[in-house]
Amino acid sequence: MDLFKEQVNRLFEPATFIGLSTVGFFMLVYSRRVWSTTSFWVGNVVLTLFFGLSALDPNFNKVITKPDNIPILIMVYTAWWTLWLSMNQAITNDQRMELGLPPDEQEDSGKKVWAWPDLVYTELLAMLLVGGLLVIWSIFLKAPLEEPANIADSPNPSKAPWYFLGLQEMLVYYDPWLAGVVFPGLIVVGLMAIPFIDFNPLGNGYFTFRARKFAITWFLFGYIVLWVVLIFLGTFLRGPNWNFYGPYEYWDPHKLEALVNINLSEYFWIKWFQQPLPSNWMIREIPGFVATLAYFSVVGFVLTKTYLKQMHQQMTTIRYGILMTLFLSMMALPLKMLLRWFFDLKYVIAIPEYFFNI
Amino acid sequence: MSRLANVKKSIARSQLWTAFFRHGYPDTDRNRVLVIMSNVLLHLHPVKVRKSGVKMKYTWCAGGLSFFLFLLETITGLLLMFYYRPTIEYAYVDIIDLREQVPLGIMRELHRWGAHAMVIAVWVHMFRVFMTGSYKPPREFNWNVGVILLVLTLLLSFTGYLLPWDQLAIWAITVGSNMARATPFLGHEGPGAALLRVGDVSLVHIGDDVRFALLGGRFVGAGTLLRFYVLHCVAIPLIAGFGMAIHFWRVRKDGGISGPL
Repeated sequence: MDLFKEQVNRLFEPATFIGLSTVGFFMLVYSRRVWSTTSFWVGNVVLTLFFGLSALDPNFNKVITKPDNIPILIMVYTAWWTLWLSMNQAITNDQRMELGLPPDEQEDSGKKVWAWPDLVYTELLAMLLVGGLLVIWSIFLKAPLEEPANIADSPNPSKAPWYFLGLQEMLVYYDPWLAGVVFPGLIVVGLMAIPFIDFNPLGNGYFTFRARKFAITWFLFGYIVLWVVLIFLGTFLRGPNWNFYGPYEYWDPHKLEALVNINLSEYFWIKWFQQPLPSNWMIREIPGFVATLAYFSVVGFVLTKTYLKQMHQQMTTIRYGILMTLFLSMMALPLKMLLRWFFDLKYVIAIPEYFFNI
Repeated sequence: MSRLANVKKSIARSQLWTAFFRHGYPDTDRNRVLVIMSNVLLHLHPVKVRKSGVKMKYTWCAGGLSFFLFLLETITGLLLMFYYRPTIEYAYVDIIDLREQVPLGIMRELHRWGAHAMVIAVWVHMFRVFMTGSYKPPREFNWNVGVILLVLTLLLSFTGYLLPWDQLAIWAITVGSNMARATPFLGHEGPGAALLRVGDVSLVHIGDDVRFALLGGRFVGAGTLLRFYVLHCVAIPLIAGFGMAIHFWRVRKDGGISGPL
């Protein structure tokens, strides 16, 4: 049993866990068969088995039974239910449209019904249901209250509220000015920009996947992998000193993790050219500047010839530029993860003199 | 029998009754119009809705539930304000009192779990709107209002997190607000802040940067508690309420619940 638990712990190491989540995500999104009723229940059983059996483990139990972690459980199930519900209807509609039929919603979108009773009663029932569940939840689970606030005694680990743990997890890979300020800002700006970037007129007011492959795939990637999965990781798998702890591992505050990460400039000057680091930061960081500029220009350009060829032809340059800036900023997170896992890269650009590290 | 019917009739015709209920039970077309038109809460709805749009499997009721949870938070929060004083002397003991002294008290629980549920409900609502492509023209503007409301929801939850003034609260806010010190140009440890100086005097330092403004001090303390309390109970709910008014109004103006054209 212990051996098995150890294997599971290893499966949840950040590189493996995020890697598997990404692969699993693309397999889910691109296979039509998955979105059947059977797999809905299979997903629920898998989730329930994982959480149910894991709760028997004293170490996992300690984390999952924290009252403020219950919402994450709800979030995980809700994410699966809503994902399934939308994709199931999308695939059904896609199949209908292949046969030349209109989407399911079209069948009665022309008909109108009275708001009273059809809409009002649905709302009432939903309110009663959710209100009732909240009352039950409140009776059986007390709101947490720890020791009085003490600025001199910082708990280890110190964690932000659960919905920000994805951002806190980003701090492993990026400095606070990016992970805590620029990226959250870009998430908000990026969400607001969606209707102005996505010029595709199809899929307005009904579920579909085929007609909106690009938009749905990458929105879901951001939402599921870079938000939900990272929150899960930040809550259940990060212990003292924000070190990684497997789900069944004891949160030992003395666990040491070797910091072996080095900067791109060190790779470039010391490892490859066998030279001391230039003292002038502008010269020292030239490889980083080139790499960053290349990432934002060359990748965007290459995509116009390959993956996004058709889309690029239909977009104005400004629109495409904004799309690429936002898209590549989002992809900068998984990219930095890969560079960290495989090359122990700390910073692409490191100018600690000005707190400017990327 | 006929006497009972007479009593019913005279009640229904009385000045008192007709002042409150201006029409009969909505089981005729005329009354179904009137019930929506003459009730301030119900008139958020149109009189008639697209049949495809009222189905649970299409909307998941997520937007409506977000609003319901906001109302629930307002009511429970108001009750909590009777007991809670936002100073470091009283905040923690008031929460203890709330737990120990108030009989059958689940208001704090309802408020806290309701807040978590609201965060999830708003995410689900956004997810549904995205998956049905409902942000597409003519609803681009309303999607933007919605994104702002999502941010406000998170800020409401974040500011409320500090108020119990226990270890969980103060350190979560410390971790969360530590990011602000790295804001480019505006935080004292942010890139570019060192460039903003006049001679030897730096304009952005630990005593005046954006984090200081947020916390009302150099660390999470009495000033922060008051600031977060005012933001949580007054400022953000007001802005969010205004945003919701625009959001709901825009839903109507853009043609109600989305559907295939």
